Amino acid sequence: MSERTVQVTVNGVPHAAAVEARRTLTDFLRDDLRLTGTHVGCEHGVCGACTVLLDGEAVRACLLLAVQVDGREIRTIEGLATGEQLHPLQEALRDCHSFQCGFCTPGFVMTAVALLEEGATPTEEELREELSGNLCRCTGYQSIVAGVAEAVQRVNGGTAR
Amino acid sequence: MKPAAFEHHAAGSVEEAVSLLAELADEDVKVLAGGQSLVPLLALRLASVGHLVDVNGVPELTTISNGDGLRFGAVVRHRQVERSPEVAAANPLLAAATRRIGHTAIRNRGTIGGTVAHADPAAEVPAVLALLDGSVEVRGEGGTRSIAAADLFDGYFTTTLEPEELLTSVHVPALPEGTGWSVQQFSRRSGDYGIVTVLATLALDGDGRISAARVAYAGVDAVPLRSSVAESALVGQTASAELWTAVGHDAAAVLEPGSDLNGSAEYRRHLAATLTARALQQASERAGGRA
Repeated sequence: MSERTVQVTVNGVPHAAAVEARRTLTDFLRDDLRLTGTHVGCEHGVCGACTVLLDGEAVRACLLLAVQVDGREIRTIEGLATGEQLHPLQEALRDCHSFQCGFCTPGFVMTAVALLEEGATPTEEELREELSGNLCRCTGYQSIVAGVAEAVQRVNGGTAR
Repeated sequence: MKPAAFEHHAAGSVEEAVSLLAELADEDVKVLAGGQSLVPLLALRLASVGHLVDVNGVPELTTISNGDGLRFGAVVRHRQVERSPEVAAANPLLAAATRRIGHTAIRNRGTIGGTVAHADPAAEVPAVLALLDGSVEVRGEGGTRSIAAADLFDGYFTTTLEPEELLTSVHVPALPEGTGWSVQQFSRRSGDYGIVTVLATLALDGDGRISAARVAYAGVDAVPLRSSVAESALVGQTASAELWTAVGHDAAAVLEPGSDLNGSAEYRRHLAATLTARALQQASERAGGRA
């Protein structure tokens, strides 16, 4: 099968790699660009672990083909911190002990970043709805909801309680 | 969990997509829209294709227009539909039904044309088309034709589109002024496909009698269903909680849903009865301009 060169900007850095059409964005990021912060879980759009931002919108990277993002801008978990300075969301999640094993973390974080950047001030019910597309097998979700709610308060001044 | 190999063709126009579909007709070609159902099927190898014709980059398929009802280009994202002020004004039922599709990340990619062409019997938008007598426009090498919702859904995951035709737009009538509406759905988790979904619209005359009623179901048959039992039992009657319960019971009794790991046929009929009564109650509260 023929390969095609895909050019993308990931976290502000231009990349190019030749890929088969069947290459998913998840595998492209992890295996071709060696950006392994994006995790690969179910590979069929259920678990949310591979969530990244495509031109600012949260998407499942396992349900996109790398050839579909040619010329587009991707953001991943690696792009959040500035040097040693964590993103305010990451700080809030750390303060609330939001994660245990960390496998689902990148997906939750990128889902929540999209929410924060829209200026959203969700109620707790709305926040749970927004996070319901990401699966966690450790925490029981309470600490994750608390962490994102804390970030919403700190960043957007919302209540989310 | 990796798709088998295929070729990807990024179409730049409807003409190009249609001629690719014709040219590759003998080589297992499929249209790629949002990919939120097709890519999982490919990843699980429940489906395999030789070629994908990707229509995400076709500009004329990305717009919403509002004139004689709402007209959506096939690759309008669910997120656009749920956030559109025009949709909220002309057909809030469609916006509410669209919000029940998956999760935000799914709706950011999934498309209105894709969900209609995929024809999942549990899907929301096909049921909206059935409820409101919507239609789709399709283009083939021979030209353009319109297919009414009643003639479109042909079985599980099957439509009456020809393999070489491209679904180009989805037409959803506006709700008449004063029409009450409701979307009721039961699913095991938020964002899952509904086990049963009930859609209803009601209009009341000045005396509180029902002047028009529509009821449709998803998840109870191979295709979205209108309920003639419910609709004929409602028109001319006076709105009451007893009526909603009786109509829900009678409408559910004639359904012939399948059984699967999410629920038995009996359970689905029970859900249909309960959700129908709730839908009619809410639609009646919203009818006549009352919130």
